[in-house]
Amino acid sequence: MHPAPSVIIFTTMSGLGLGLMVFLGLGFLDVSGFVAFVFVAIAFALLGGGLLSSLFHLGHPERFIKALRQWRSSWLSREGVLSFVTMGLFGLYALLWIFWDMRIGWLGLLAAASALLTVFATSMIYAQMKSIPRWNSFLTPAMFLLYALAGGALLAAQSYVAGLLFLLLVPLQVIVWVVGDRAFGATGSDMGTATGLGNLGKVRLLEKPHSGTNYLMKEMVYVIGRKHAAKLRLFALVFGSLLPASLLLFFPHSMSIAFAAIAIHLVGLFAQRWLFFAEAEHVVGLYYGQR
Amino acid sequence: MTIHQQPALDTSPEVSDEIRRTTCYMCACRCGINVHMKDGKVKYIEGNKDHPVNQGVLCAKGSAGIMQHYAPSRLRAPMKRVGERGEGKFEEISWDEALEIATGWLKPIREEAPEKLAFFTGRDQSQSFTGWWAQAYGTPNYAAHGGFCSVNMAAGGIYTMGGAFWEFGAPDWGNTKLFMIFGVAEDHDSNPIKIGLGKLKKRGAKVIGVNPIRSGYNAIADEWVGITPGTDGLFILAMIHELLKSGNVDIDYLIRYTNMPFLVNQDESSDEFGLFLRDADGKELVWDRVKNAPVAWDAKGVKPAMKGEYEVNGVKSTPAFMLLANRYLGEEYTPDAVAERCGIPADRIRKIAAELARVAFEEEIVLDRPWTDFRGEKHDKMIGRPVSFHSMRGISAHSNGFQTARALHILQILLGSVEVPGGFRFKPPYPKPVSAHPKPHFKVTPGKPLDGPHLGYPQGPEDLGLDENGKAIRIDKAFTWENPMSPHGLMHMVISNAHAGDPYKIDTLFMFMANMSWNSTMNTSQVMDMLRDKDENGEYVIPHIIYSDSYSSEMVAFADLILPDTTYLERHDCISLLDRPICEADAVADSIRWPVVEPDRDVQGFQTTLLQLGVKLGLPGMVNEDGSAKYKDYADYIQMHERRPGVGPLAGFRGKDGKGKGRGEPNPNQIQAYIDNGGFWIDHIPEDSAYYKPWNAGYQEWAVERGIFDSPQPYVFTVYQEIMQKFRLAAEGKGDIQPPEHLREQVRMAMDPLPIWYEPFEQSLVDNDEFPIHALTQRPMAMYHSWGTQNAWLRQIHGHNPLYVPTEVWEKHGFKDGDWARVTSHHGEITVPVALMEALNSKTIWTWNAIGKRKGAWALQNNAPETTKGFLLNHLIHELLPSKGDGMRWNNSDPVTGQAAWFDLRVKIERVDPPPNLQSEPTFAPQESPVGQGPANVEYGKEWT
Amino acid sequence: MTTLPQSTDKKLGLVIDLDTCVGCHACVISCKEWNTSNYGAPLSDVDAYGGNPVGTFLNRVHSFEVKQENKPAQVTHFPKSCLHCEDAPCVTVCPTGASYKRTEDGIVLVNESDCIGCGLCAWSCPYGAREMDALEGVMKKCTLCVDRIYNENIPERDRVPSCVRTCPAGARHFGDLGDPDSDVSKLVAERGGMDLMPEQGTKPVNKYLPPRPKADVEEIDVLAPFLQRQDEEAGGFLGWLDRTLEKL
Repeated sequence: MHPAPSVIIFTTMSGLGLGLMVFLGLGFLDVSGFVAFVFVAIAFALLGGGLLSSLFHLGHPERFIKALRQWRSSWLSREGVLSFVTMGLFGLYALLWIFWDMRIGWLGLLAAASALLTVFATSMIYAQMKSIPRWNSFLTPAMFLLYALAGGALLAAQSYVAGLLFLLLVPLQVIVWVVGDRAFGATGSDMGTATGLGNLGKVRLLEKPHSGTNYLMKEMVYVIGRKHAAKLRLFALVFGSLLPASLLLFFPHSMSIAFAAIAIHLVGLFAQRWLFFAEAEHVVGLYYGQR
Repeated sequence: MTIHQQPALDTSPEVSDEIRRTTCYMCACRCGINVHMKDGKVKYIEGNKDHPVNQGVLCAKGSAGIMQHYAPSRLRAPMKRVGERGEGKFEEISWDEALEIATGWLKPIREEAPEKLAFFTGRDQSQSFTGWWAQAYGTPNYAAHGGFCSVNMAAGGIYTMGGAFWEFGAPDWGNTKLFMIFGVAEDHDSNPIKIGLGKLKKRGAKVIGVNPIRSGYNAIADEWVGITPGTDGLFILAMIHELLKSGNVDIDYLIRYTNMPFLVNQDESSDEFGLFLRDADGKELVWDRVKNAPVAWDAKGVKPAMKGEYEVNGVKSTPAFMLLANRYLGEEYTPDAVAERCGIPADRIRKIAAELARVAFEEEIVLDRPWTDFRGEKHDKMIGRPVSFHSMRGISAHSNGFQTARALHILQILLGSVEVPGGFRFKPPYPKPVSAHPKPHFKVTPGKPLDGPHLGYPQGPEDLGLDENGKAIRIDKAFTWENPMSPHGLMHMVISNAHAGDPYKIDTLFMFMANMSWNSTMNTSQVMDMLRDKDENGEYVIPHIIYSDSYSSEMVAFADLILPDTTYLERHDCISLLDRPICEADAVADSIRWPVVEPDRDVQGFQTTLLQLGVKLGLPGMVNEDGSAKYKDYADYIQMHERRPGVGPLAGFRGKDGKGKGRGEPNPNQIQAYIDNGGFWIDHIPEDSAYYKPWNAGYQEWAVERGIFDSPQPYVFTVYQEIMQKFRLAAEGKGDIQPPEHLREQVRMAMDPLPIWYEPFEQSLVDNDEFPIHALTQRPMAMYHSWGTQNAWLRQIHGHNPLYVPTEVWEKHGFKDGDWARVTSHHGEITVPVALMEALNSKTIWTWNAIGKRKGAWALQNNAPETTKGFLLNHLIHELLPSKGDGMRWNNSDPVTGQAAWFDLRVKIERVDPPPNLQSEPTFAPQESPVGQGPANVEYGKEWT
Repeated sequence: MTTLPQSTDKKLGLVIDLDTCVGCHACVISCKEWNTSNYGAPLSDVDAYGGNPVGTFLNRVHSFEVKQENKPAQVTHFPKSCLHCEDAPCVTVCPTGASYKRTEDGIVLVNESDCIGCGLCAWSCPYGAREMDALEGVMKKCTLCVDRIYNENIPERDRVPSCVRTCPAGARHFGDLGDPDSDVSKLVAERGGMDLMPEQGTKPVNKYLPPRPKADVEEIDVLAPFLQRQDEEAGGFLGWLDRTLEKL
């Protein structure tokens, strides 16, 4: 899949923002007033910025409101609805907190749950895609949720929790890749089933339908070199979770360590998300001799 | 919010304001089209369901007609060159000035030496008109593109059976049970072939494809014979060997309908050795095996012998069939003897021959249709041998193509499958024997017309176009000993010969619709140099070049004067019976084009321009006595011109009442009648006349009524081609007209009256170890020569062309995806991208034809893939053969017809690293575009959505 | 939890005969030509005359080679457009309801005025049947020419999809695949019509007829019916000729 910057920014930023909301909603971080405002603002900026970025992915962003209609069936619609619900719940919670220093437990819990559900809905947009075997797994929501929680904990200055979550993320991420690498093969889809010609022999593409490229190839038949991908994976693992976990667990807690961890995680997270898209093979690639 | 919701939808929207029915010109197929008009613009083009050619279907090109009609590459006005030739710098001028310039060049040479005009018209569909114009002008130098296209196929058919494939005839698609297609590269007659294949597939009838490349039609063939290029003749003759040896030839058919029983002079010392014996009336003799005496072949009740030796008036003779049988029963034609050269296992050849025989003789079709033959004999049914064949340029574009085409026709004839149910059928005005065609004419008189039509079918050395010194009269050297039977001329030699001044220098080269500085010429790079070459005085070696085209092609850049043509939707045309008609085997038909859209530029149909030039030059037939124009424009000519009394360009709706079929006075409302009828006219052949046409008395009478002939022209198939023997006798020193010494052996070898196979010339002259590979081109179904590139939709399908390489070569050279190759011939080299194709003859590489473009042409941007990765194979092909060391220029052409031997090309291939700029070689300086570049984006039809 | 109709009255679709398709692209262009000026937004072509032309097409023809060990390779031309699946994932993923399947005939359509151009439906389609138009920002797909097949402004014989009407070889068939007695259903039964990627569980309505077995891929049978030589003792070829002439 084409690693579109708008979607990478959206999933990373909104994930972090929602993760932060989870921790703030659960009552972590014993601050108030302006400091509370700063954390709330960061959470909103991340979520809002992410959502705004996602609009750039749309052909008709001005119609985005129509996307809230099909929540019964569409994960994208649910994600939209839940984002707004989360913003409402968390906004109310934050208002009371900032201005009246009231942290209403049940409201915070509700906001946190809604935030988690939103991340889940986002992840299900990808996980539901049977046509993209690498994503089509419960590991996709697990991975999205854990990234959001770990990042959220870090932003909420919960260094120890964040450190543990990042530590958890290391094996999960490795599992996601290992399982993901086998997912396409496990579907049984190949050029033979795609064309129905498999029983006649080995199928290969002779000529593309058009000599140039097209929307499908640009959007769904993204090819990265294997060596390149291996390097990036290592980078994403080290920066996205391993290094932040080490910093948070094995170094004395300090602002500079926290900021360093955030910066390192962000770089790793972008690499991880870029890979998430770039490595995802769509079965339509079979019609173009690609996997 | 409901679980399922769907919006209201208008499923009956208005499609268009009006439908205008005309004829397509996105290729040479001439399908009927319905042009849907909306707000004065073309909205949608579909096939015309009532039309005989395409029956409603339409190919990719036809459906992309909108993009051609509105192409940004359209020329806008007449232009004169202001830069150097080849640069593409022009200034737009008025039509008056343009015609004045042209007249200024053409008038003086007509008065002094009309041959100094060379007028060649490319993919012209109005040859009966352009030829008539050239004849009136008086130059002997006229032809269209047949010489570099498929003249071998046409001439091979005419000289064997009075017709060939495509316009001449077609398989009996409705009845045939086994169809064999040789070397057809997905163009020519494309929709009818696809419709026909569809019919066969529906019935489950078998299709055998013979082609080195398994694409297109060959991909759906039930059996693919991946033959080595240039060996089709061997393969066919080996099948003939098998059929003869097993007694699977239709002797009754051969006796009745061919010259196989004719007695052939076998006295080697005679001046008439190899010619037929004739009686006092000039009729060919056969030996009556009952009377035991020679009688005229068409005598009533004759029982001709098919074997034996007979002495007639002291002359030894034998039936021609014996000569045929003796030759092809020989060991050199056994499947085992040819298998390796053909790249086909001997058993497969035997199997296919057996299949042909089985279907022909064991699955015969009987139609209960009584008919009467030309001898007056009545038959109560029509018996069909349901095997049929089709072939086109693949076997034609070789230096042995004429004889190969003849071999294929003879295979059909031996099986008794021509003009019978289930076999191959002619389309009127064919069948038409050589004797019913004109001979070529050459008599040039300054200021006067030529003494007759330029192109025709020579019947002996006396019909050659040689002056008293034996020098070629025509600039292309058609009808000379180099290629005696060249009825389509040799357009591919015109520029080269004109530049070399061989046989003489010319003044004006006038071309129409032929991209001769690019994909339509061999040796593209040097031809461009020839066009811009200057003599010691700084004058161009070819002094004047006039060119007419609709689009900004590569050739435009090399012209001094451009006469812009219209698009096919803006013009009048007639697809005439006098020319290359659209008839069906069951019907005579012709059609028109008419301006369904008026031009929005200062352009006009080329034929109208020619008429205007004709008036300025005072050409007979185009002016009245007072010098005024006889025809207002081409449309007027189409309706009012008579070639013979009562016979004109259009056969339908003739006469004042518009009821004349084939014959009748000119009808001033004829074009309107065609428009009202859907753009065409069709008249069906009566059922009892629809088969056995050359011998069917009913058909012959019907053809006379329709103006196809002026008297019945029954004939027998000339399996043994006596005309060729006449040339051969000359080569052996007999007769008054003698070939030059250096051509004697070639003429003797090539003009064999029975088909032979010889190694393609290039192959026999180059080192086959150095150049072990055959290189071919095919035209894709979605493109027509260079035109597709300017079409925003079609160019997305074929925007560049890989060189396809078979597995054996791919692995040997260690090619990988994305690799490039250097390909070298005896003449040149190219560096191009490669791709693997497994379904390919193991000694053959190929690419799509005419995709590569020169930068600046066709209103494309300079980074267009056609101009970067795209390439032409033409750079590797020379119009002359490799030197034989005798100081002579030997054409790379068939020695019988002069057909360009495109497919004889031999090459070597090497892997090279992809060039960093991914630019194929050779490259050329961009030409300036006189029409600018196309817009960035297209959203056709947005105004209606 | 679905916005797919529980069932449709008809299952209109295409049957594509891979044994007959010659790969001429007629259907590709006819489709483009009809649909660029009819249903919904035009099908744009970006950089139409430049270095990287990319247009929207609702139907494309791929070419594949199929090879068995030690046998000649085969070539199959393979047209592909929307298969109008019964379980169309492209419908259920749509956040706006723009993507829908018609209850009366099963045609999958995009109501373009509701399309936000998120591209998710194209992602969910295993077949690459949907293309986002680069200039219009809406999802385009085969409509099965819903504006032709019921159109009372065109002659009845023309009320078929544009690709079917134009196909020169007759490799494309249109009809109700829900009716076992329809011509298309019979054709599918007779020729072993198949689904593409059945493992994706989309239940495509369109079917593909496989290429018939090729004679050249079979070994030449040692008992193949070669032609019998004329017996030399009976005079060989000349003896045969005599006997044949006697019979005439």
